[in-house]
Amino acid sequence: MNDPVVAKRPAGSGDPGAVRGVAAAPTASEAPIPPTPAAPETTKAPHVRPGDRIFRGLATGSGVFIVVLIGAIGLFLILQAIPSLGLDQINFLTSREWNTTDPANLRFGILDLLLVTVIVSILALLIAMPIALGIALFLTQYAPRNLARPFAYVVDLLAAVPSIVFGLWGLFVLGPVLFPFSEWLIENLGWIPLFAKGNVNVQLGGTIFTAGIVVAVMILPIITAVSREVFDRTPRMHIEGAIALGATKWEVVRTTVLPFGKAGYVSASMLGLGRALGETIAVMIILSTTSASFGWSLFDGGATFASKIALAAPEFNDTRSAGAYIAAGLVLFVLTFVVNAIARSIVAGHKEYE
Amino acid sequence: MAKRLDIKDLNLYYGKFHAVENVSLAVPPKNVTAFIGPSGCGKSTVLRSLNRMHEVAPGARVEGKVLLDGEDIYASTVDPVEVRRTIGMVFQRPNPFPTMSIRDNVVAGLKLAGVKNKKELDEVAERSLRGANLWNEVKDRLDRPGGGLSGGQQQRLCIARAIAVQPDVLLMDEPCSALDPISTLAIEDLITELKKDYTIVIVTHNMQQAARVSDQTAFFNLLGVGQPGQLIEVDDTEKIFSNPGQKATEDYISGRFG
Repeated sequence: MNDPVVAKRPAGSGDPGAVRGVAAAPTASEAPIPPTPAAPETTKAPHVRPGDRIFRGLATGSGVFIVVLIGAIGLFLILQAIPSLGLDQINFLTSREWNTTDPANLRFGILDLLLVTVIVSILALLIAMPIALGIALFLTQYAPRNLARPFAYVVDLLAAVPSIVFGLWGLFVLGPVLFPFSEWLIENLGWIPLFAKGNVNVQLGGTIFTAGIVVAVMILPIITAVSREVFDRTPRMHIEGAIALGATKWEVVRTTVLPFGKAGYVSASMLGLGRALGETIAVMIILSTTSASFGWSLFDGGATFASKIALAAPEFNDTRSAGAYIAAGLVLFVLTFVVNAIARSIVAGHKEYE
Repeated sequence: MAKRLDIKDLNLYYGKFHAVENVSLAVPPKNVTAFIGPSGCGKSTVLRSLNRMHEVAPGARVEGKVLLDGEDIYASTVDPVEVRRTIGMVFQRPNPFPTMSIRDNVVAGLKLAGVKNKKELDEVAERSLRGANLWNEVKDRLDRPGGGLSGGQQQRLCIARAIAVQPDVLLMDEPCSALDPISTLAIEDLITELKKDYTIVIVTHNMQQAARVSDQTAFFNLLGVGQPGQLIEVDDTEKIFSNPGQKATEDYISGRFG
């Protein structure tokens, strides 16, 4: 039944030009091979090609998957944390004590963990942000093209260095190197709480100060890489507009590159902050643990959420103790969410200029 | 203000590629000079060499002289940044700074030059916007971003920005090619007015436009692919369009090109 239809087609489409009819002749002789193309003509529904359908399914599936995954992680944390939170003898949010050795008498509060985590991360961010900005501007605006590429690779390579190596470096190299400087700060600026003598031995270098610097180095590549991408996309015509007005190199950067890349730079920094908050192994190795509570000094020791949880792995055989750490993990999870939300709102505020 | 330009034996290169060969040309003050010619003939390149924008491209090189009232802007003692402050430029696509308000866009050049006095800046902004025939359209929204204007308004904003620093010469690189006919007309009228105060050089693909706005016309051509562009002839616009001295010019103008 289909064959006559297919056979007619070349004649029909050949009408606009006689030449086409001639060209179509060989197709007509192959008519038995493609009977299927006639099938869609009978279906009235809008035609969706299989490739489109498959790809849409895959893309939607991936999107749904990630949302479900995050929801599942959140749910897991909440479900595991609730029983232990119920057994907690002290206030979970405002207490500084952490004692889970006796599952029958759980006493755990996250205030110190929260403060140390935030201070380490903010210190890291404060150090990494300006340096990353400088590197990104250098790579995109100042470095000669043939130098920029290898230099960018080197910075990216920093991201490939394993955490544990940074931890060892921080503990054995950076800590001792920082000691004279730390000592000087404590002696001369000790009246500022941030630089007061801390609750661990400064000479060993296991301080928030050291950890913050190491984490700064660790988040440098991500901030640099994202900022570089954004700065590189500054429209050529805006740059030329500034140059034509008699702007110097720095003025070009100030009037075009920075305003254009500001939102990207902020979100890059927030990505870095997200990494800093969750950094585990390097911080765990560097920070000296202490039973004293956090006293707002950079030369304190202590533990971040992540390092505390990692250090406590041996305790996890009791679900009640483990639940306490999972509760801490839940707070970290929420904290990174909040940071990301703030970052997004900052970026959204700058959108109108893009 | 309104100085003359003398281009002497100008050769322009992009790396090893010889883009423009042996151009010599005089641009009188308070006068509109149009550069016409087929794409790739180097007219924009020549224009960009007049405020030292050419050398911004990697590997770009300039040989020859460009004299601004007798002083070579390519002399070793001259700072290119200073040259660009005295020779303004308007680009093919309107490029106001998107993060700046309309007012800040206009006075951007002055701010770069170190003017801080708010009153003075406001006065210049108004004068320049009036000069660019844009004041009445934007006077109530000077604090809004410049990117919110229409294409034609943006281009006039860019002209206001260029004339705010009262340049000696104003260069325009196909300023109307991205605009509709009405905006084009507005810019052409503006060019005719600006001519009273400024020396203007305009690159255009639109020959009617060259005929309408310019006093003298320079025709550039390309002898072949990979060959440098050349200045074929330069003369009064009227003469170029009615009785050109060269066959190539006549062919191009009458559309018998290529």
